[in-house]
Amino acid sequence: MQRQVALIKQSLFDQGYLDEQFVELEELQDDANPNFVEEVATLYFKDSARLISNIEQALERGSFDFNRLDNYMHQFKGSSTSIGASKVKTECTMFREYCRVGNAEGCLRTFKQLKKEHATLRKKLEQYFQLARQAGPKETARRPK
Amino acid sequence: MADEVPSLAESKLTALVVDDNFVNQTMHHKLLDRLGIQNDVVCNGQEAVDVHCSGRNYDLILMDMEMPILNGIQATKRLREMGIESKIAGVTTRANEGDKKEFMEAGLNDFQEKPLTISKLLSILHRLDFYVQT
Repeated sequence: MQRQVALIKQSLFDQGYLDEQFVELEELQDDANPNFVEEVATLYFKDSARLISNIEQALERGSFDFNRLDNYMHQFKGSSTSIGASKVKTECTMFREYCRVGNAEGCLRTFKQLKKEHATLRKKLEQYFQLARQAGPKETARRPK
Repeated sequence: MADEVPSLAESKLTALVVDDNFVNQTMHHKLLDRLGIQNDVVCNGQEAVDVHCSGRNYDLILMDMEMPILNGIQATKRLREMGIESKIAGVTTRANEGDKKEFMEAGLNDFQEKPLTISKLLSILHRLDFYVQT
């Protein structure tokens, strides 16, 4: 089962969902906080759900306040960067670029993709953490190949 | 890497994390904990100023740049005006050169790009003479 956990984690890196920063996160996990990574990920998804909701509401209003949208996305990008959510971070960057040039259609298109990447990452990480818990003590953090 | 992390607990350093992002707060708090540095966390520049007004003092302040109410640049200026001599390290996602210059000129001692990692934090501590790298 440990091997299955390792393979799932490796695939998250290989498919570009996670980057090196996730390994940095894992290296902070210790006996005092054995579930640190999962706790941070949970915090991330809770916080990002709030930001997604705020952005949705702002977009639904029709009149695009690009400053406000950019502020939300700045926070979203910050969190995503901190946990190594690579694909989500990329979409955040694109969204901010569209905000910068005032491209509403680009914002809408990118936001749709962002939500998709976010949902996929959430599902995959939930699966990974569930399996990791079943497998027992965490394996040592290993840098992606 | 986990086995090589030094402990600065004996030095009894204290730090303040100033960041409006919950994930970053958690991470930076943990990073400092891991190095044995006691630390508090506040959510914006105004809270950083308030905590100093209440008499608290820290060896190191990790100051985010973009925050609501009082941003990192404004908070750094205010703290320096108050006579706070703590080492302040600005930490932010990629900032343009102009922003970085403005942040440094506000009174920073060091600057580091987010996301912070153990090695980046050790670099800050080394450059600010809190830690000698071997």
